Amino acid sequence: MTNTPDPGRVVIVGAGQGGLQAAISLRQEGHTGPITLIGDEPGLPYQRPPLSKAYLKTGVADQLTLRPESFFEKKDITLRPGLRVDRIDRENRQVVAGFEVLDYDQLILATGTRNLRPPIPGVERALGLRTLPDARALRDALDTPQRVAVIGGGFIGLEFAAVARALGHTVHVAEAAPRLISRVISPEMSARFRCLHDSLGTVLHLGNGVSDVSGGGLVLSDGTELAADLILLAAGVRPNTELAEAAGLMVDNGIVVDTRLRTEDPHIYALGDCAVFPDPATGRPVRLESVQAATDHARAIAKTIVHDAADPYAAVPWFWSDQADWKLQIAGLATASDDSVPVGEDTVLRFAGNRLTAVECINNAKIHMKARRLLAQPDVPTRDMLARETYDLTSF
Amino acid sequence: MVKVTFIEHDGTETTVEAAEGDSVMSAAIANGIDGIVAECGGSMMCATCHCYVDDAWADRTGPRKEGEDDMLESAASEVKETSRLSCQIKLTADLDGLVVHLPEEQV
Repeated sequence: MTNTPDPGRVVIVGAGQGGLQAAISLRQEGHTGPITLIGDEPGLPYQRPPLSKAYLKTGVADQLTLRPESFFEKKDITLRPGLRVDRIDRENRQVVAGFEVLDYDQLILATGTRNLRPPIPGVERALGLRTLPDARALRDALDTPQRVAVIGGGFIGLEFAAVARALGHTVHVAEAAPRLISRVISPEMSARFRCLHDSLGTVLHLGNGVSDVSGGGLVLSDGTELAADLILLAAGVRPNTELAEAAGLMVDNGIVVDTRLRTEDPHIYALGDCAVFPDPATGRPVRLESVQAATDHARAIAKTIVHDAADPYAAVPWFWSDQADWKLQIAGLATASDDSVPVGEDTVLRFAGNRLTAVECINNAKIHMKARRLLAQPDVPTRDMLARETYDLTSF
Repeated sequence: MVKVTFIEHDGTETTVEAAEGDSVMSAAIANGIDGIVAECGGSMMCATCHCYVDDAWADRTGPRKEGEDDMLESAASEVKETSRLSCQIKLTADLDGLVVHLPEEQV
């Protein structure tokens, strides 16, 4: 039992994996007050990661549902799907959604991201891949032979490209940066993925962005014309910060929160893809697009709300991507300028000076899990220490 | 359909029905079993669907799959000889009546 005052009514805006996890964790931590989970999409909360992976292959949507309807009744969580919140009234602690006004004592913003639509002529012709209807439309299109063009050589674009190739379609990927997944992984790992997609028969156009989509395909910045029946726009996302911004909360590449995931308003938290929080390892503000951040943030916020827990958020980031039969796993968080030390063909350690920042590996659960445990320790092995063991993480 | 019984750490026993080909994890999630979290949705990226196969069934569920040992090392609760990731156990007619026990914590 704690002496924390009753946290009262909790409203969660955003019913993705993070928003749902916040509701689940609040109940697990013993919160007994009302919980309302508001999502602008219809239906039950579902997993997004499989939309560009397993779902595209199997088309089984049931497996995506995170929790059945009965779960919400059992846990006394009021799910409000298909409801869009228009504004937050901080003074009266209310959210306004159409004609409805909901009172809150604690508000959690889990508004996620939306697809970035660069100002390319004809870009409205391109499909996106973010929601279940998006994935369904793409899957239907892949039923007949297609010339597929993907704008963006990041995780989503490449996961989709791998599935489309496996189904026998012609696939081109255009990426403005000189290498694949350049925002997230090392040049060495990018090169490995270039080999993978080359070997699958996908045609990669690197350092060659898209300048026009208005005709029967893509026109690249070097003038190359690619005919395409199906165009996927996978050029990144932007955080949904408008509600927070209009409410006068600080926004800088996301909703800015402190080490307890709280905005400058002590009654409002933000989590997951839309939140900018202090990286536990460096203190620098970061925004992560991952299941891990969404769910770990959610659990931390629930603890803070229910127990007034003072521990700063400290979870180690992790990410994964499935492309053909390769599973890329990343533990930790590197910046683009970090050094890379390849270990064998399929593992890369990243360092900022003497500090281990991240470990990237392909199809190696052992190294990945070891890295997650090591990075969670207060005394993470340094580059010097690792060098003495020929960078073998399993020696620690 | 195949029957699976989940015995949670507090002794709560729930029997559910699932289709052949489903995983034990998805059977648990579809029926709102609290003791299975399944954060990564069966992608072998976490160990939050950890279960203990009942001794009487351990032979029939077979050995751990590749990578499962490595993931289990990070499980939140004690790992026993009968520990499995429930996302890696696919239900077959042979497993009708399967009993699994759930650990105290998954995260």
